[in-house]
Amino acid sequence: MKVGLFVPCYVDQFYPNAAKASLELLEKLGVDVHYPLKQTCCGQPMANSGYEHLTKECNELFIDNFSGFDYIVSPSGSCTLHIKEHLHSDKNENSATGIRNIVYELTEFLTDVLKVDKLNSHFPHKVGLHQSCHGQRGLMLSQMTELNAPYFSKPEFLLKMVDGLELVDLDRQDECCGFGGTFCVAEEAVSVKMGQDRVQDHIRNGAEYITAGDMSCLMHMEGVLNRQKSGVKVLHIAEILNAG
Amino acid sequence: MAVFEGKKHPDLAQTFNADVERVDWHDETLWWVRKKRDRAAYNILDWELLRNTASAIKDDVLSNLHSYLQHFEAKAIKNGITVHWASDAAEHNQIVHSILTESKISLINKSKSMLTEECHLNEFLKKNGVNVIDTDLGERIVQLAEEPPSHIVLPCIHKKKEEIGELFHEHLGTPKGESNPQALAAVARTHLREVFLTRNAVITGVNFAIAETGEFVVCTNEGNADMGAHLADVHIACMGIEKILPKRKHLAVVLRLLARSATGQPITTYSSHFAKPRGGQHMHIVLVDNGRTRQLSRPDFRNSLKCIRCGACMNTCPVYRRSGGHSYHNAIAGPIGSILAPNLDMKEYSDLPFASTLCGSCSNVCPVKIDIHTQLYKWRQVIVKEGYSTKGKSAGMNVMNFTLSSPNVYNMAGKAGRWFLKNVPFAVNNPLNPWSKQRDMPAPPEQSFKEWYKRNRGK
Ligand code: SF4
Repeated sequence: MKVGLFVPCYVDQFYPNAAKASLELLEKLGVDVHYPLKQTCCGQPMANSGYEHLTKECNELFIDNFSGFDYIVSPSGSCTLHIKEHLHSDKNENSATGIRNIVYELTEFLTDVLKVDKLNSHFPHKVGLHQSCHGQRGLMLSQMTELNAPYFSKPEFLLKMVDGLELVDLDRQDECCGFGGTFCVAEEAVSVKMGQDRVQDHIRNGAEYITAGDMSCLMHMEGVLNRQKSGVKVLHIAEILNAG
Repeated sequence: MAVFEGKKHPDLAQTFNADVERVDWHDETLWWVRKKRDRAAYNILDWELLRNTASAIKDDVLSNLHSYLQHFEAKAIKNGITVHWASDAAEHNQIVHSILTESKISLINKSKSMLTEECHLNEFLKKNGVNVIDTDLGERIVQLAEEPPSHIVLPCIHKKKEEIGELFHEHLGTPKGESNPQALAAVARTHLREVFLTRNAVITGVNFAIAETGEFVVCTNEGNADMGAHLADVHIACMGIEKILPKRKHLAVVLRLLARSATGQPITTYSSHFAKPRGGQHMHIVLVDNGRTRQLSRPDFRNSLKCIRCGACMNTCPVYRRSGGHSYHNAIAGPIGSILAPNLDMKEYSDLPFASTLCGSCSNVCPVKIDIHTQLYKWRQVIVKEGYSTKGKSAGMNVMNFTLSSPNVYNMAGKAGRWFLKNVPFAVNNPLNPWSKQRDMPAPPEQSFKEWYKRNRGK
């Protein structure tokens, strides 16, 4: 099984450890992982700002980088969702369609494709799981509290395999953190308030770490935590699943 | 609306956020309503089926709107109701005014109607010498405060009980400092009884109108529409053309959804059917387009017209809860307001589709399954293409796109983090960047993942 690792631009630039952990975790699980060196970005920052028409070159570049793999895996629900919903090509729509069908967010790849049922990881801490909206409501990685439907959560399923890890219950299980791409600066006041309220929920319930499948939410919450000089830290879920 | 002085959502929301205590309380109150809605939804085994059914009923209505409207009109006329058609807000207001003028009535009472808010009817009538008293308690409160409602179901949800006490003291003569909700409600009741007894004409909204029978249904919790209508010689019901349902039996679906979605109640206290005028009474219906047929012609946005105005998308919206209804500077606030308003005036409301993180919770609670967050995304594309974005933003996007669409430029943009800090709008490293006002920037690492990979796995 040949897998292409897609690392979102801001993870590459700011959070290389999340990408390293994703790579190592997949390798440990016996996957043949490749990282195409000419990759940049999925185009989402432009598209969500109303500039989807500018993303054609990003799309072509993505197709060039990620053709020929059995699966494409990314440690980001948000960027995976963007590719799934918006990757198109004037030159080669067939390739674009093919890619849209084989792109997976990391945790769903572990549960649905690799069908992982045990991990040799160790992380003896109290952890709060932040459900990133695009992963949860977009990719349906977890059940959504708005619906009358049976509960499940792919990231939680994996975290429960981690030795020593204690998951904390939150008052609001799946409320948005307020990052939202350019929303976080265009709507600074509301974005910050949402972030403050979200981290408060984790702190109130005793979390030492906040984890998520999306580094963008975590970057925003980390910004709030650090400004408050809180001791609570953020870690990408891959770093926890790969720990120990 | 003049009260907002041309300000846009981010500024208005920032003002709302200056009072942390109020934001917290607003957020928690609406979250409590959302949870009540959840419990009601969880208690119905077929909740999701019910939503699918309602959505299908409304899809059918939108696809066959003209024939249902004609049916409705014919039946209503047969029932003795006078039917009027208004193409826009101005015509609607004229029609209502001329009915009142003909009847020589200048004092009226009005139950809740978001359509009349949309048309700014109260202001128009006031200018023309007609005195309107809103009889929904929440609406009466905002009317006394000379403010528009901030929520379609809970019009004065932005006001604390002390502020309401102060308004009542000023306008209704309650003792200063009295803010006990029960005491205030008792005074309001006496005040509104007087209104019902002395005013000869009523305006009501319409929740549903039935093509099969020519009747219309008005849902309230306070019974104020009935109190107003039962004593009035003239009843004017104002409705948007999308409020039609084909048959009476469809009420069995939408009425089960409406109140549960709105407040978690199984049904509104009063679901009153008005089919024909009482002996001696005059009953009018004004059917209003006001942009609805234009919205119907936009394939990406037409199904926003399925809305039954339950308010669930507002209660669940993490942005609405923390910015307040007035920050949307439109009669209808929140997620649904943000996809309806650009159809009315794209320039004026170009900010609203961006007042969202696209979290998608709104689409999940919507009882008629409007894909609200997808439409927010699509409106953003339309607004940029039509030229309602700022030059600065467009320039920034072009710079970002230039770097991101070329691996060489991206790779050469410098050491880890440097490119990012220069080009990504939320990371731009200068003291004016709103990111840094209340958040720390992430520290750039020693090397990017790509650099690490080349060194350690380089092939
Ligand atoms: S869009 Fe849906 S959730 Fe929002 S008010 Fe309308 S019916 Fe209710």
